[in-house]
Amino acid sequence: MSENREATGRPPAVRTLLRLWPYLRPVRLRMSLAAVIAIVASCLGLVFPLVLKWMVDGPIAHRDTGGVWRGALILLLLGAAEAGLFGLRRWLVARPLAGIEASMRADLYRHLQRLPVAFHDRWPSGQLLSRGTTDLMLLRQFLSFPLMFLLVNGVTIVTGCVILLLQDWALGLLLLAPAVPLVILCSVFESRYALVARRAQDQVGDLTTVVEEGVLGIRIVKGFGRHRSQTQAFRALAAKLRGTELEKGRLLAGIWSLITTIPELAIGAALVFGTLRVADGGLSAGTLVAFLSTALALRWPVESIGFMLAMSQEAATAAERFFEPMDAREETDTTEEDTAEETNTAEPAAAGCAAASAEGGLRFEGVSFRYPDAGPDAPAVLSRIDLHVAPGETMALVGATGSGKTTLTALVPRLHEATSGRITLDGEDITLMPRARLRELVSVAFEEPTLFSASAGENVLMGVGGEAGDGDLDRALDVAQAGFVRELPRSTDTQVGEQGLSLSGGQRQRLALARAVVGRPRFLVLDDPLSALDVHTEALVEAALRRVLRETTALVVAHRPSTVLLADRVALISHGRVAAVGTHQQLLRENAEYAWLMSGEEHGGQAATVEPLAAAQPPAAAEPARAGVGGGQQQRAEEEAR
Amino acid sequence: MSTPTTTGPTPGGGSEAAAEDAAALAAAAAPADDPFDRDALPSPPGATRTLLRSLLGPERRGVTLTVVMLLLQQAAAQTGPLLVAYAIDRAVPDLRHGEHGALIAVGAGYGLCALLSGWFQQSFIKSSTRVSQAVLFDLRGRIFRHAQALSVDFHERYTSGRLISRSTTDVESLRELLDEGLQELVSVVVSFVYISCMLLYLDFGIGGVAVASFVPLYLLVRLYQRRAERVFGRRSTAIAAVIVKFAETLNGIRPVRAFRRESVNDAELGVLNGRHERSNGDALIEMARYVVGSRFVANTAVAGMVLWGAYRVADGTLELGVLAAAVLYLRRLYDPIDRLGMFLNAYQSASASLEKIAGLLAQVPSVPEAERPRALPVRDGALPGREVVFEGVGFGYRTGGEVLPRFTLTLPAGQTVAVVGSTGAGKSTLAKLLARFYDPTAGRVLLDGVDLRDLDTPELRRGVVMVTQEAFLFSGTVAENIAIGRPDATREQIERAAKEIGAHNFIEGLPDGYDTDVRKRGGRISAGQRQLVAFARALLADPAVLILDEATSSLDVPGERAVQRAMDTVLRGRTAVVIAHRLSTVEIADRVLVMEHGRIVEDGAPAELIAGTGRFADLHRAWRDSLA
Repeated sequence: MSENREATGRPPAVRTLLRLWPYLRPVRLRMSLAAVIAIVASCLGLVFPLVLKWMVDGPIAHRDTGGVWRGALILLLLGAAEAGLFGLRRWLVARPLAGIEASMRADLYRHLQRLPVAFHDRWPSGQLLSRGTTDLMLLRQFLSFPLMFLLVNGVTIVTGCVILLLQDWALGLLLLAPAVPLVILCSVFESRYALVARRAQDQVGDLTTVVEEGVLGIRIVKGFGRHRSQTQAFRALAAKLRGTELEKGRLLAGIWSLITTIPELAIGAALVFGTLRVADGGLSAGTLVAFLSTALALRWPVESIGFMLAMSQEAATAAERFFEPMDAREETDTTEEDTAEETNTAEPAAAGCAAASAEGGLRFEGVSFRYPDAGPDAPAVLSRIDLHVAPGETMALVGATGSGKTTLTALVPRLHEATSGRITLDGEDITLMPRARLRELVSVAFEEPTLFSASAGENVLMGVGGEAGDGDLDRALDVAQAGFVRELPRSTDTQVGEQGLSLSGGQRQRLALARAVVGRPRFLVLDDPLSALDVHTEALVEAALRRVLRETTALVVAHRPSTVLLADRVALISHGRVAAVGTHQQLLRENAEYAWLMSGEEHGGQAATVEPLAAAQPPAAAEPARAGVGGGQQQRAEEEAR
Repeated sequence: MSTPTTTGPTPGGGSEAAAEDAAALAAAAAPADDPFDRDALPSPPGATRTLLRSLLGPERRGVTLTVVMLLLQQAAAQTGPLLVAYAIDRAVPDLRHGEHGALIAVGAGYGLCALLSGWFQQSFIKSSTRVSQAVLFDLRGRIFRHAQALSVDFHERYTSGRLISRSTTDVESLRELLDEGLQELVSVVVSFVYISCMLLYLDFGIGGVAVASFVPLYLLVRLYQRRAERVFGRRSTAIAAVIVKFAETLNGIRPVRAFRRESVNDAELGVLNGRHERSNGDALIEMARYVVGSRFVANTAVAGMVLWGAYRVADGTLELGVLAAAVLYLRRLYDPIDRLGMFLNAYQSASASLEKIAGLLAQVPSVPEAERPRALPVRDGALPGREVVFEGVGFGYRTGGEVLPRFTLTLPAGQTVAVVGSTGAGKSTLAKLLARFYDPTAGRVLLDGVDLRDLDTPELRRGVVMVTQEAFLFSGTVAENIAIGRPDATREQIERAAKEIGAHNFIEGLPDGYDTDVRKRGGRISAGQRQLVAFARALLADPAVLILDEATSSLDVPGERAVQRAMDTVLRGRTAVVIAHRLSTVEIADRVLVMEHGRIVEDGAPAELIAGTGRFADLHRAWRDSLA
């Protein structure tokens, strides 16, 4: 997972970090004030040695006790000022830093929610999660420390150098000599460290994914007694991460020891040289003390550059990881979207639809779909779908597993975007509608019923804008036969979802269905809405659902005859095309594939019991699912559709 | 189920103990009577320390090496000022007399110290990285292993978000403590000791002031520690709540979009995020307070010592070089004081995290591994099936509420049993007892006469495998997902299993066939196809007893038929329990159990029951009608 991202050229660390500016902008005054304060406080530290020098060469040398007291008092005041300023700096940035972290997280969350579903299909949620947590913490630390202190220490070092040079330029130059090799070493280190840091962070993301899967798939892990192999897989990844971290440690150890040793050698040289000068009277003892003490005061700022560069590098990769999903394009509501050129050539092919009703209802015109990231040679998932669901009509979508039914339903609320063609609701092109309005018009119940951490009632009422009363809730619960929620410990206020009571598949499906119908939507899309229900409940739901469907235009994915019977007409989807449209009885009589899908038996009813393998192959599905390969069976089906 | 902790306090008492404000925040959103449904789980007192000790224990040699390296490094680094004193008090006068020996010694000594300190520095960093990585590797593994060992019931309530937060942000804060914190602490302590000794050696008075200044510093540290502890606990709980919300949204992105939950979610995250922001800011401000206090004490002490020293030099009772060295040491003495704060930070946040991890690790799996595992008896004859006996089995939730009243049931080897009944009748519980996802609260479940609790995991899973309705796919290829059933399976075996179940065609149609990465196209494998993969997995596992819990709900009719036909051959001779809403399953069953309110109300051959007038006859009629 990490390789492909590393391969794409990396922008320099500084440029990535500069992208944080919009978040810093609102607090720039506080931050710069804090920086100024930190510089002042840090330079106060450099005044200490000067006071000492004054004391050594002045009052001490002249045995002036009053002067000694004055010097000590000055030191005390300086110390108090330094302490106060350091605290003030931290206090100034505390809230803004926490605020920046929070607003970056909120932005990421906001953005992720609005990215196309196709994006989420590609990105494991563990990776996104680690970007919203660990990486943001790294960035906050960067803003609070290295960002400010690279500046502060830089200024301190320069000031210190000036002081050193002013006191004795020869000694000063001697001390500054190692700066050049240090800078070169640091930049070499930085580029190497960057690669390793990025690898480590990506590996943390991968590890998060395994943890998440281990929990979400716990039943399978347990059911097959696979926790050992699962743990092994985890350990292998964790060991990789450990290897990367050790490599980081080695790099860090190298640079740190160089950063401590080289300046220390220079100080040693300065000491020898300085001692010689004091001995021949060219330098006062006080100056040497002050000089060395200044040099020592500069030690921490210089040493810290190593780990601050490391932190900055990690922050840069964190920022890069943060901006990766942030750079993905959000879905936007454009009024003039480039509709594909095929739109005009598409002819309405839905059989038996009168021209008068052509404007109303749900209409697919020459709709094709392929996944945006699919290779050019990959077959289209849906090709040239023409379908018209008249107002008030219920259309069932029937097709073999993997024929594209679910994808077709996902196009209506624009969870995926049709690659070409046009979908209209009551004559209005859905790409010209704001998504919010579209999704208000179209209500969906998914194959996998997901409930959110909220009360059961709230979960159902998510289906309406908010102006719904208890009446609506009751009606929806009745339709979906979800009266069981009233028996829950706190009735409809019972918490469900990830953080609440766990409900069975059938119970969740009924709540999801209630959610879909509660707003009395104009258009309803149901993806196999009754799969997890027992026969008895299913019959009850069907009866109630029939009343709802009468008032709405609906598209229902159906796997079974009982669900198909909810619909007025049926569209048979085969290999991404509409193979036939008609009533259930009609198709059952005329279409072999349909009959096979509904009964599971070959046309004519002779059950093939001799060889289970052969019997499992439908006449048409025996062909690999590739568009355009359609055998005679499919062509016949298409002819029937006209 | 049963009791979640045996070593810890009772669940009720534990929940009170843990119900400090930190935990209360998380618990506020959840039923208060559920001790699992909170961020901080009850753990026995001292668990955190025990955990830390057990983590560092195996690394004792590494820790020792690290500390020795640091001691040597500090020894080398702290020699500098002594050499300065020597230079001023000895080398200068010597030079004036034309002697260079002292100066050469100073130069050579200083250079040597610099090189040694650099070398020890890098071996110290290397060995401390090795130790901390070993500890983290161990801890990550422990959390993961333990999470995998905990029962399904635990996971249903603890939520994946919390677990992720335990193994990511909480581990991360321990990493910070080990990588930066411990190093800081040891170097701070070492340099305090070294420098104090040096100062005392140089001049007793100055050293005395330095040592005395440790008292107010210690008090400050204690104060900070107490205040920060609360803040950090709150912060860690807050971030866990954020993660839970994040994970839930990402995993349910389709309904989020379809039901326009975006802005509502934004607002909800805003609240959680705001809570985290506040505690995060509080933590930073606590730090600011500490820094002011400690810096002030340090600077006052420096001023005091300089005053004392200067007075003595002016008196002539102290040499100038000694004062210079003392002053140089003083600068270094209090240098690491901010870093001590950083350590405290890292320590606080790590101990808040460790406490939660310890709480998680203290959970005793309610379905424990067998202590003295027994083997299943060798099967007589060629048939793979085994006999299942529920012997006086009863099951109820710990929180009360009987799910299955006591019953006895024998499923002869090789029998295919269909279990029907409405939602909540107890079918799934029955299946989970047989799969040992739960242990019965009364009685025993026997497989060929052996209690399931006496079987170790590999033996149990050769015996019983369950396929559930939620067909989850792990990241990896389709082939790897099927191979979960039997990790050592060859590609042919995998393909054969897929063919038998009718999944071969759709898999071949995927971009890379069996090698297609399901994550990259995870959303594109339909629920029905996922169920087929799950089936192939179960076939490959080749168990004596196969449980299918609504495993065909998302299949279309031909798919279901194909599965059933495959089952006809696959199940032959195996014991099978099939839970299905579709009564078509019944056609392959030898026997039907009808359940209602946790009781088995009808039991017999399908034909017999259909011909009768009971519930099953009704259900069957309704089902025939639904086929139209």
